[in-house]
Amino acid sequence: MTKWLEEHMPKLVLAPSFIVVLIFVYGFIAWTAWVSLTRSRLLPRYEIDGFIQYDRLFASPRWDTAFTNLFVFGFLFIVIAMILGLILAILLDQNIRTEGAIRTIYLYPMALSMIVTGTAWKWILNPGLGLEATVRGWGFEDFTFNWLVDPDMAIYTVVIAAIWQSSGFVMALFLAGLRSVDQEIIKAAQVDGIPTWRVYTAIIIPAMAPIFLSAFIVLSHLAIKSFDLVIALTGGGPGYATDLPATYMYTMAFSRGDIGQAASSAMIMMMVVFTIVVPYLYSELRTKDD
Amino acid sequence: MTMKFLGAVSGMAIVASTAAFADGHASPEAEVLHYWTSGGEAKSVAVLQEEFAANGGTWTDMPVAGGGGDAAGTALRARVLAGNAPTAAQIKGPAIQEWYEEGVLADISAVAEANNWSKILPEAIAGHMQCEGTWCAAPVNVHRVDWIWANAEVLSANGIDMPTTWDEFNAAATKLQAAGVIPLAHGGQAWQDATVFEAVALGILGSDGFRKAFVELDMDTLKSDDMVAVFDQMRTMRGYVDENFSGRDWNLATAMVMNGEAAFQIMGDWAKGEFMAAGKVPGEDFLCLSTPGEGFLYNVDSFAMFAVDGDDKQAGQALLAELVVGESFQEVFNLNKGSIPVRTDVALDNFDSCAVLSADDMAASNEGGSLLPSYAHGMALRGAQAGAITDTVTAHFNSDMSSADAVQMLADAIANSM
Repeated sequence: MTKWLEEHMPKLVLAPSFIVVLIFVYGFIAWTAWVSLTRSRLLPRYEIDGFIQYDRLFASPRWDTAFTNLFVFGFLFIVIAMILGLILAILLDQNIRTEGAIRTIYLYPMALSMIVTGTAWKWILNPGLGLEATVRGWGFEDFTFNWLVDPDMAIYTVVIAAIWQSSGFVMALFLAGLRSVDQEIIKAAQVDGIPTWRVYTAIIIPAMAPIFLSAFIVLSHLAIKSFDLVIALTGGGPGYATDLPATYMYTMAFSRGDIGQAASSAMIMMMVVFTIVVPYLYSELRTKDD
Repeated sequence: MTMKFLGAVSGMAIVASTAAFADGHASPEAEVLHYWTSGGEAKSVAVLQEEFAANGGTWTDMPVAGGGGDAAGTALRARVLAGNAPTAAQIKGPAIQEWYEEGVLADISAVAEANNWSKILPEAIAGHMQCEGTWCAAPVNVHRVDWIWANAEVLSANGIDMPTTWDEFNAAATKLQAAGVIPLAHGGQAWQDATVFEAVALGILGSDGFRKAFVELDMDTLKSDDMVAVFDQMRTMRGYVDENFSGRDWNLATAMVMNGEAAFQIMGDWAKGEFMAAGKVPGEDFLCLSTPGEGFLYNVDSFAMFAVDGDDKQAGQALLAELVVGESFQEVFNLNKGSIPVRTDVALDNFDSCAVLSADDMAASNEGGSLLPSYAHGMALRGAQAGAITDTVTAHFNSDMSSADAVQMLADAIANSM
């Protein structure tokens, strides 16, 4: 008996969480996939009716805006946050005296919820209250910064707020990466008289490749599931100019009683995540095998 | 206020004690899911709770705040799917029929017939409360949506009368703009764009055209030249709002009219509550008039009754239905909420001049067949279709899209939402 228990204990302990994940993650993904193939409106129905919801989704100009925004927002957010985070990390890595304090200051936005970030930036970027009004108050009457209320530019305000929130976190990741590079190699390079910028571009940054990948994965899933920031900052407006797939899905499911549409947009979002995560998992698992 | 309230409660007690269902076999019980959670609304629903208790009922309150009813809708869906529906839930318009089609609503025809609802309610509104001939919901109030509110002082200072045609409105707005006043206080949120749009549409399409376009979804009307003219007027109105309007809440826009920063606002009569709360007097400090054009767009709150088991719950449902439409509750509740009674036989002595005007117009348009459901507030169409129209309206208003493109997009969006 004891022997049997000893043998099976790990399985027994893991079983509950395994079952929970099976039902509440994969089970519900399957449920959503099923519902996305039906004509569900207010309540879910289960008669399969082909790909009608996907046809409707791709015919909808609002989804078009939301999906394009996802790529505009995702690309700019990830690239700028990583560049900014790397620069900050390198600057902090120069053995400066107040590093602890500065690091905390840059990391602090991460401690705020997206709702707070969104609301604060809404006030800062509001032309009548924030930056524009302040600068005009200083006497620069022609100063204009009205991206928040301009349908063509509003998505970039979401990018600004998201970068402000996350670049400190990326900085912390990169800083840890910089510190983990073997000091011996760096010292050897310095002895050889190689300039500092070459040390960074040729030795340190290539050695940090796995950190780049982690940062990319973390930022891209933040971008794809972005919801609260848009709701707080622009409410999806002006019009629906800053809609993202997540806000589209919410509107369809909870405001319009169109569950089939919501399910199909959720499936598309999941596929976007998969196209990013699957190659990552594949490369990770393969290197373990080697 | 307290005296009036006590009078109302005791009045109801007499009504209910004579009613058949309150004879003591089952003590009425009701669990009511609603989203009246803000100050004035919470006070209004408390009136109903106290009347219910005064009639020997046990009220279980289930308020769900947030999202203009979205959160309440989600809670309701979860309850119904779990087979544990509340006694009554605050649902309005075609959503009542949508829930009926799911087979979960109760039949309260006995109460409706005993209280003569078909006589005392305007026909168009009674239609929303019926599901295939049986009564399945009880109406609470009537909000009028097609109002134009104005700052009296700003208008008289610029020598402007309340506009009765859209051309007059445009002329007044141009004049105000030249005088440095923002002509139209507006908040750039999709539902507010839709509210202005439907007021304009009612004026330009007329009541028959409005019904064809936004109730029957008639494609010819939706693609007509008149609809192009509606979008043209929307483009003109876009020029009358200040540049900072995006995302502004409606009550902040009302405040702009109140303090003279702006002249007009097009908004339902809940805006009146803001003026009143600030101590402004209708007719003196602010003016109210229906937007240019014939007709009356209503937004009616109602309680849909869900099929429940047990005598006590069914008795509670019947009591609730009777109280909600009862004369005294209609008066007290609507005085609190700023709307008007849904029944046409309530004395309006205690109501302000705007409410009296609204009630007169409702009766007149009921006669003339121009009492119409508000599409922007979910009374005319189901969520998917109404949402498709709103998407188009807000996309047009917030960009430089041409009116012809907007009409094409409108037709496509509606076809795609089916």
